[in-house]
Amino acid sequence: MNKNKRKQWRVFGLIFPSLFWLVVFFAIPLILVLAMSFGERGTYGGVIWNFNLENFARFFDFSDPLYLRIFGRTLYIAAITTLVSFLIGYPMAFWIASQPEKRRNSLLMMLMLPFWTNFLVRTYAWILILRDQGVINTIWAGHFHNAVVWLVAVLPGLPLDWLVQATSNPLPLFGTNLAIIIGLTYGWLPDMVLPCYAAIERFDGSLVEAAQDLYANRVQAFFRVIFPLTLPGVVAGSILVFIPSLGAYVTPDLLGGAKSVMIGNIIYSQFMSARDYPFGAAISFVLMALMLAGTLFYFRFTVAGQKGEPGHD
Amino acid sequence: MPDEFAVELINVAKQFDQVVAVDNVSLQIRDGEFFSLLGPSGCGKTTTLRMIGGFEMPTSGNVLIGGEIQGFKPPFQRPVNTVFQSYALFPHMTIFDNVAFGLQMKKVSKSEIKQRVNEMLELVQLSDVGRRKPNQLSGGQQQRIALARALINKPKVLLLDEPLGALDLKLRKAMQLELKALQQRVGITFIYVTHDQEEALTMSDRIAVMNQGKVLHLDTPEEIYEHPANRFVADFIGETNFMEGKVSQLNEERVFVAVDDQVPVPLLPTRDVQLGQVVTVAVRPEKLSVSAEKKREVDIPGTIDEVIYIGTDIRYIVRITEKTTLAVREQNRGGLSAQRFSIGDHIHIGWYARNASLLTE
Repeated sequence: MNKNKRKQWRVFGLIFPSLFWLVVFFAIPLILVLAMSFGERGTYGGVIWNFNLENFARFFDFSDPLYLRIFGRTLYIAAITTLVSFLIGYPMAFWIASQPEKRRNSLLMMLMLPFWTNFLVRTYAWILILRDQGVINTIWAGHFHNAVVWLVAVLPGLPLDWLVQATSNPLPLFGTNLAIIIGLTYGWLPDMVLPCYAAIERFDGSLVEAAQDLYANRVQAFFRVIFPLTLPGVVAGSILVFIPSLGAYVTPDLLGGAKSVMIGNIIYSQFMSARDYPFGAAISFVLMALMLAGTLFYFRFTVAGQKGEPGHD
Repeated sequence: MPDEFAVELINVAKQFDQVVAVDNVSLQIRDGEFFSLLGPSGCGKTTTLRMIGGFEMPTSGNVLIGGEIQGFKPPFQRPVNTVFQSYALFPHMTIFDNVAFGLQMKKVSKSEIKQRVNEMLELVQLSDVGRRKPNQLSGGQQQRIALARALINKPKVLLLDEPLGALDLKLRKAMQLELKALQQRVGITFIYVTHDQEEALTMSDRIAVMNQGKVLHLDTPEEIYEHPANRFVADFIGETNFMEGKVSQLNEERVFVAVDDQVPVPLLPTRDVQLGQVVTVAVRPEKLSVSAEKKREVDIPGTIDEVIYIGTDIRYIVRITEKTTLAVREQNRGGLSAQRFSIGDHIHIGWYARNASLLTE
C-alpha cells in the first residue's frame, strides 16, 4: 500500500507542472469567458454579471442575420480553403512520397522552409502580390494590356477588343474572399501535405499491384484502394486546415476588405473596439463549440475507419 | 503451335540499372502444369514471375501467354492472376469484397458475383468468414483468401510468389498438399516461386532451378534430384557428396574418374567428356552404404571419421583420401543385420554406378 502511495505521488509530481499550466492559463480563463458570455456589457465597457442569453440571441437573430451571415461566410471560406488545400496538397504529398528516399526529405524540408519567416511578413508579401499595383496586376493590366493594345494597333482586324477591355482594369484580387482563400491556403498547405504524406508514405504498394492484378486500371486502383486507405491522412489534414481557417484573424484582416470580414475579426472588434466583452465571449464559444463538434466527428470517423486495419504492433 | 504452352518466355532479360536480374531466360510452361521457379534469394525467380504478371517489363525478349505476345501490357490486361507473398489483401474491405474485387472490376452482375464468391469461399473451406476483415483472420486463412481472390477470375495462369513463406512449418506442409490438390481440381496452370527445394519437389510437375538470373536446370523433380545438370543444382537440391578428379579411363560401358588422382570411381558413360578432363563426381548420401567387405559394384575403402546418430538415420563421415570425405546416410532399421561401426573402423563404401552423376561445370 505504502509503495503504491509513493508511486501515486511521484506520478502526481510529474504531471503537476503541465496540470498547473493548463488549469491556470487554459481552464480558468475558459471558464471566465464562458461566464462572461452570459453577462451584459456595462455602459463604459466592463461586464455586468447578470445571467442571461441575450448575447446568443443576438448572434442567432434570424430577423437580422448580420452575424450569422458573417459566420456563414467564415464557414464558406474555411471550407473552400480546406478543399483547395486538399486539391493541391494531396497530389503534392503523393508526388513527394513517390520520390527516392533521399530527395523526399529535402522536399519536405523545402515545404517547411516558409515557416522560418514570420507569418505576418509572409501575409504582407501576399499584399504586394495581390494588390492593384501588385505583381499580378502590373503584368495583367500593365505589360499584358500594352502588348494586346500594340497587337490590335499592328493588326487592326484581330477580334481582341474584349481583351483590351478586360485588361484595362486591374483584377479585383485584393480585399476579396479570394485573397483570403489564397492567403489561408498558402499558410496552412503544409498542414494538409504532412498528414497526407504520412498516410501515403506508409501505404503498402503491393496493394496497388494486387488491384491491378485484379483488373483495376490506374484510376480504379486509386479510388478503390489508395484513396480509401489514405483517407485518415486526408481527414487529419482537413481538420488541421479547417479549424485554424475558421478562427483566422490576421489573414482576413490584412488581405480581406470590408465585405469579407470573418468571425475572427468580429471577435477581435468586440473585445478591442466595441468593448462588448460578453458578446465577444459568446461568439468565441459558438465558434469553439463548432470546432469541438468537428473534432469529435473526426475521432469517431477515424476510429470507426481504422477498425478494419491491421493492428500496429 | 505455340498454343500448347500456357506461358512461353523467349530470350527474356531484365536489367535494373547495372544489375542483371534475369539473364536471357527461355522457358516453355505447359498448359495445366504445376511449374516451379526454384532458387536462392536474388536468383531472379521473382523478377521472372513479375514479368509474366506484367509488374515488370523485360529489358529484352518476349513473354507469351496462351501464345499471345504480351509486350508492355499492364497487369490488368493480362489473363493471369497473382497470389502475393504478403497476400496483399485489401485491409479496408470485407473478405467477401476482397474475393469479389476482380469480378466487380469486370462488371459481372451482382447476383453472379454473390454466387461465385460463395462457391469460391467454399472451395477454400472458409464459407463463414465473408463479413470479416482480413486482420480478423489467421495467416493460413488469409493465405486461402488470397488464393480464392485470384482463382475466382478463372485465370489462364496463376502466379504464386512464395505464398507459403509466412506460415509455420506444420501449416506449410499441410498447405503444400492442399495447394497441389486444388491445382489438380481446377486444372489451372500454376507458376510457383519458392526458395524451398523440398516444397518445389513435393508439389511441382516440373522445376526450373535458377541462379544469378539463369535457368540452370529444367526438368521433373525426379530428374533434377537424380541427375542434376551441374554442381550448383546438385548442391542446392538435397545433400550431395562431391569428389574432384580427372577422367582416367574411357570405354563403352564405363567412365573412370581418378578422385584426387588416387581412387578410381566408375560411372555410366556420358557423351561429352575427354580423357584427362577435370570433373566432379556427385553422389547423394542415401545412395551409399557402409559394409565390412566389398558388396556393390562401386567399392571404395575408407576410414570412419565420425558417427552421428539422428534417430531415423545413422550418418557416417568416411574419409576416402586425404582431401575427400563422404557423408553416408544409413537408415536405422535396427535388428541384427544392422551393423554399427565406430570411429577409426576401416570399411568399404559401396554404391551403384548409375546413382552417381558426372558433372563438368
